[in-house]
Amino acid sequence: MRGRIATLMWKEFLELRQTPRLLALILVAPLLQLTLLGYAATTDVKHVPVVVVDGDRTARSRQLIERFRASPHFEVVAEESAPGGVDRYLETGRAWLAVIVPPGLEAALERGEPANRREVQILADGTDANSSGVALAYASGLIGEFNAGIAAERGGRAPAIDGRVRVWFNPQLESKDFMVPGVLALLLLVITANLSSMAIVRERELGTLEQLNVTPLGRWELILGKLLPYALVGFIDVVLVVALAVYWFEVPFRGDLFTLLVGGIAYLLCTLGLGLFVSTVSSTQQQAMMTATFFFLVPMVYLSGFIFPIENMPRMIQWLTTLIPLRYFLVIVRGVFLKGVGFEVLWPQFAALTTWGVVVLGLAAMRSRKRA
Amino acid sequence: MTNVWAVALKELRQIRRDRRTLLILLFIPGFFLFLYGYALNFDIRHVPLAVQDRDQSPESRALAASFVQSTYFDLVAAVTTDAEAVALMDRDDIRALLVVPEDFSRRLKRGEAAEVQVILNGDNANTATTVMGYVNAILADASVRLGPTSSQALVGAAPRIWYNPELRSTLFLVPGLIAYIATITAVVSTALSIVREKELGTMEQVRMAPISTTAFVLGKTLPYLILSQASAMIVIVAAMLLFGLPMRGDWFSLSVVVALFLVGALGTGLLVSTMSDTQQIALQTALLIAFLPTFMLSGFIFPIASMPAPLQYITAIVPARYFLIALRGVVLKGLDLGALWQPLLALVAFAVAVLGLSAVRLARR
Repeated sequence: MRGRIATLMWKEFLELRQTPRLLALILVAPLLQLTLLGYAATTDVKHVPVVVVDGDRTARSRQLIERFRASPHFEVVAEESAPGGVDRYLETGRAWLAVIVPPGLEAALERGEPANRREVQILADGTDANSSGVALAYASGLIGEFNAGIAAERGGRAPAIDGRVRVWFNPQLESKDFMVPGVLALLLLVITANLSSMAIVRERELGTLEQLNVTPLGRWELILGKLLPYALVGFIDVVLVVALAVYWFEVPFRGDLFTLLVGGIAYLLCTLGLGLFVSTVSSTQQQAMMTATFFFLVPMVYLSGFIFPIENMPRMIQWLTTLIPLRYFLVIVRGVFLKGVGFEVLWPQFAALTTWGVVVLGLAAMRSRKRA
Repeated sequence: MTNVWAVALKELRQIRRDRRTLLILLFIPGFFLFLYGYALNFDIRHVPLAVQDRDQSPESRALAASFVQSTYFDLVAAVTTDAEAVALMDRDDIRALLVVPEDFSRRLKRGEAAEVQVILNGDNANTATTVMGYVNAILADASVRLGPTSSQALVGAAPRIWYNPELRSTLFLVPGLIAYIATITAVVSTALSIVREKELGTMEQVRMAPISTTAFVLGKTLPYLILSQASAMIVIVAAMLLFGLPMRGDWFSLSVVVALFLVGALGTGLLVSTMSDTQQIALQTALLIAFLPTFMLSGFIFPIASMPAPLQYITAIVPARYFLIALRGVVLKGLDLGALWQPLLALVAFAVAVLGLSAVRLARR
């Protein structure tokens, strides 16, 4: 029995080797995704281009504008003399934010004039809603600090509340620490589910499934022999990504490898089962690829919390996300990497993954008997 | 011309017969529209917060209240011990913790600096950075209100947001969605439809038929051009009806922008098909060189200005980047083609480059 499975696995490897370009893709795709997600995937807002209008031209107004210049979140790209001049910057996207200091601000501050005379106008280009919202929060933070400075000068005292913000699990707020472990979960899904979805369909399309059916292979032998090579490929990718994450991207690894590997196995049950299932509902490779990619992978990636936080989703959709195995594995991977937690915290995720995997594998096996 | 028509007709028949692919082509725009309209957003609100109030004074309660009133935070728990707080944080039940020390109100009244501690869960650095910005703004504001200087004349900020006053992320994600769908229908379908002929061996028959390469390519791509253009327009109309997407520019400019991008996308599909022998490889290649950059490097979700410099240079050759500028310009800002000549020129340049490159590769065979 073991010999038969091994033979089938060997045949599968030979087929993989005959398509060197596919092999290259299996290796290149992880590297490319790691680089992009490690370096590009930050929704944080830095260097927001700002155009300023200093209608006051006093020491105070210059002080305020200096705060924008000094902040890493903003980059003052131009200075205009009249408020009307900022329009074309916002229209063309050369600036996302315009800060307009009204004439007489310093005097109004000194004399305690009504609030509308000491108002700094901030215009934001709302087309990129996310960045503008964050940039506006930073801008009002800057003005708050500026006010605290004025109050301190007047009262000769430090600001009343001294906020100490501390960030746990990722003190430097590196987005790569969040994204890179996530890539691990994503890659395993994309590679193992995609490749395994084609494994049986290819035989069917080329007509060689008949030949396999007349061999003395049992159903589970066929399934195991077909799936194990891809499990192995997946594991090689895991090792590659973990090594790169730790040694190249310097993502902290606070938990233990054993927890991660057990989670990986439970997760592979799901992804391979999913691939096999797609295989049983498709009759051509194109169908299998498209079905796996667009009906399963893309929705899963979007709804798993990989990039878009689940807690921002409407309640109904949040329930829907409980059906997605990627969601649980992401919690495990990030928990092990960043929080260093183990089974005692992560057991619900392990249970969910295992259940999902067993159910989908069983479903796929049932269907493959009927079809074969 | 009749040859082009004949190939296009054959392609349309094939599209119609392959129910699953047709379903996918229809399912994708609908799914994404639903997703971006309802499910996905970065509007960070309702961050679960716990308060450890060791002071229990009117001032400390006012501080906690100013977090809740900001609408960015939801108070989910009041804790008394550190261990409780840690457990909540580990299980992700809270993502922020406000610790107010015993002497908070006493120090405030005496005019000394009163220290408070805010602890954030930083595992999602993107959200945490934004939340930190909110925390600093709230504290700076509360500092002025609760402190001895509360009645002073200070600078007020009057923010005004153009084009999208409610900052709804739908309005900026929907244009991105069109780029995405166009990539799928134009790049992936074109590449697959040509590679399929190669893989099934029917390419030989096509080659023997009295059809020029140009006619073959045109016939293969035109159906997808029409399909993609139609689905882009349907998505825009649906977004207008369902999510109140404004259409501030004119439809002619919009069609030109979409068409220019699609020509480039079809060219990319053609290029992918010249590089692949099997559909499997074609799909993977298309995902890698078209799908991923459109998603990651176009400014669709992740702002280009925040990326490291080398990556910013790479985004210069991603056509979706220019498409998004032009599309958002027409739809949200109401600009006309003249004001958008720069991104449009970039789109034309990209289309010419990929079409030229694939023509060279096709001619070589």
